[in-house]
Amino acid sequence: MLKVDNLKINYGGIEAVKGISFEVPDQSIVTLIGANGAGKSSTLRAIAGLVKASGGSISFDGEDITSLPTAKRVAKGITLCPEGRHVFPDMTVLENIKIGAYLRNDSLEEDIQRVYKLFPRLEERHWQLAGTLSGGEQQMLAVARGLMSNPKILMLDEPSLGLAPIIVQEIFNIIKRINQEQGITVLLIEQNANMALKVADRAYVMETGSITMTGTGAELLANDEIQAAYLGRKK
Amino acid sequence: MSLTTFLQQCLTGISLGGAYALIAIGYTMVYGILRLINFAHGDIFMMAGYFMIFAMASMPWFIAVPFVLLVTTVLGVGIERVAYKPLRSAPRMSVMISAIGVSYLLQNLATYLFTALPMAYPEIPGLKKIFKIGGLSASFVTFFTPVLTIVLVYLLITLIHHTKMGMAMRAVSKDYETAALMGIDINRTISFTFAIGSLLAAIGSILYFTDRMTVFPFSGSLPGLKCFVAAVFGGIGSIPGAVVGGFVLGMGETALVAAGYSTFSDAFTFVVLIIILLVRPTGLFGEKTTNKV
Repeated sequence: MLKVDNLKINYGGIEAVKGISFEVPDQSIVTLIGANGAGKSSTLRAIAGLVKASGGSISFDGEDITSLPTAKRVAKGITLCPEGRHVFPDMTVLENIKIGAYLRNDSLEEDIQRVYKLFPRLEERHWQLAGTLSGGEQQMLAVARGLMSNPKILMLDEPSLGLAPIIVQEIFNIIKRINQEQGITVLLIEQNANMALKVADRAYVMETGSITMTGTGAELLANDEIQAAYLGRKK
Repeated sequence: MSLTTFLQQCLTGISLGGAYALIAIGYTMVYGILRLINFAHGDIFMMAGYFMIFAMASMPWFIAVPFVLLVTTVLGVGIERVAYKPLRSAPRMSVMISAIGVSYLLQNLATYLFTALPMAYPEIPGLKKIFKIGGLSASFVTFFTPVLTIVLVYLLITLIHHTKMGMAMRAVSKDYETAALMGIDINRTISFTFAIGSLLAAIGSILYFTDRMTVFPFSGSLPGLKCFVAAVFGGIGSIPGAVVGGFVLGMGETALVAAGYSTFSDAFTFVVLIIILLVRPTGLFGEKTTNKV
C-alpha cells in the first residue's frame, strides 16, 4: 500500500534520512523504532508532505505521491497524528473532531459516534476547550481527529510521549482495535520500543538516518541486540 | 454644550469609529493568520478611494460600488501573492519589511499616476442626503456607517465560527502544519483572509471618503496608522477588539474636536497607543492562551 524507496531528507546540508526503503502492507501495523534523532519523525513528515524529500520516492496504492502537497495526500487517505498531539487548544473537543473531517462533505454523525465509542471520555468533554484537557485526553483527541478523515493509513508520531503507563496501554489497545475492527493500516513510530513491537506486524529499526534491522514485532522483541539497545535488558 | 450638540458629536464620533473599525478588522485578521502587520493595508484603503473616483466617472453607482469592492479585493489578494507568499518561511521581519515596501510602492504609484493633488471623491446618491431625527441632523452616511459596521461584524463572526472556511481560518491562525494535516489548503485560507480584509477596507473607504470628500496619495497613511492602533488597543488578533478600538478612537478624536482641541485630535490616537502599551500590552481582548502542558 505505502512504499518508500530510497528516501533521503536534508536539513540545510545535514542528511537526516540517508536513503531508506520500506513498505507498509495493507491492513498491517508497521513500526519504526529508534533513538532520538534517528530520522523517524522526518520520515513520517516526508510521507505526510510536511517536509520535502531530497531524494527517492514515496508511492501510495501504486501512485507516486512524492511531490503532492499535504492536503492532497490527506484526500488520498494518508493522515498523520503529529508528535506532541497538537490539538487546537482554543477549539472545543467536538470542533477538533469535526476539523479532522475537513475534506469530507458527507454526514459525520455516524463517525462521531464511532470515535466517541472508542474514546468515551471525549464524549463527556465534547464542549470543553481542547487546551484544558489532560495530556492523555489530548492524545485521544488527536487520534480521534485523525480517524475522522477516514484514513486508509493512519500515521502516529510517538503517541506515548509524556503519558502515564496506564494511558499508554489504553492508547495502544485502541490502536490495535482501529486496525482490527476498521481495517485501517497503521504506521507507528515510537521510542517506547517494547509497546510498539508488541502490537506491530512488522518493525524497522532506524539508527542515524538508516534502517539497520527489520523483522516481525515478535522477532525483534526476542532479538538480543534490540533487547540491549532499546529494551533495557542485559545481554 | 446643549444635549443636542452633544448627541450630534456622539453620532459623528460613532460614524467615524465605524469606518475605523472596518479597516482595523483587516489589520487584526491578517495579523491573526500571518503574524504580520500589513502596513500596506492603509494604502489599499487609499487605492479603493481612487478606484471609486474612476469607476464613478464611467458607470452608474450601483455598478461602480460592487466593481470597486471587487477590484480592491483582487488588489489585496494580489499583494499577498506577490509580496508575502514567497516569504512564507522567511523570518517575520522580512515579511514586515516587504509590507512597508508595498505601502511605499502604492503611495508612489498613486502619486505618479494620479498626481499628489487631492481629487474630489464622487457622491453616491442618497449617502449625502441630510436626515433629521429630533434635533439631530446628519447626512445619511453618518447614520448608516455604524449600522453597516455592526451588521458586517456580525456576519464576519458568524462566518468565522460557523462555517468550514472559518474553521480553517481559526486552525491556520493557530498552527500551519497541523492545519495542513487536516487537509486544509493553507494558501487558499490566507488568500481568503486577505480578500475579506480588503473587502472591508473598500467598504470603509467608501464610507470614510464620502464624508471627507477628497482623496490624495497619502490619505491612506494616517487612517491606516490609526486603525492599526485601534487593532492594538483592542488586542491584535481579536476581531471584537478591533471593533471596540475603532469606535473608541473615532469617538475620542471627535470629542477632542468638539472640545475645541482639534489640533490634538490626531495626537489622541498615539497617546492611546502609548498608554495601552504601557498598561496592557496585549490590548483589551489580547490573545489568551489556554495551553495546558
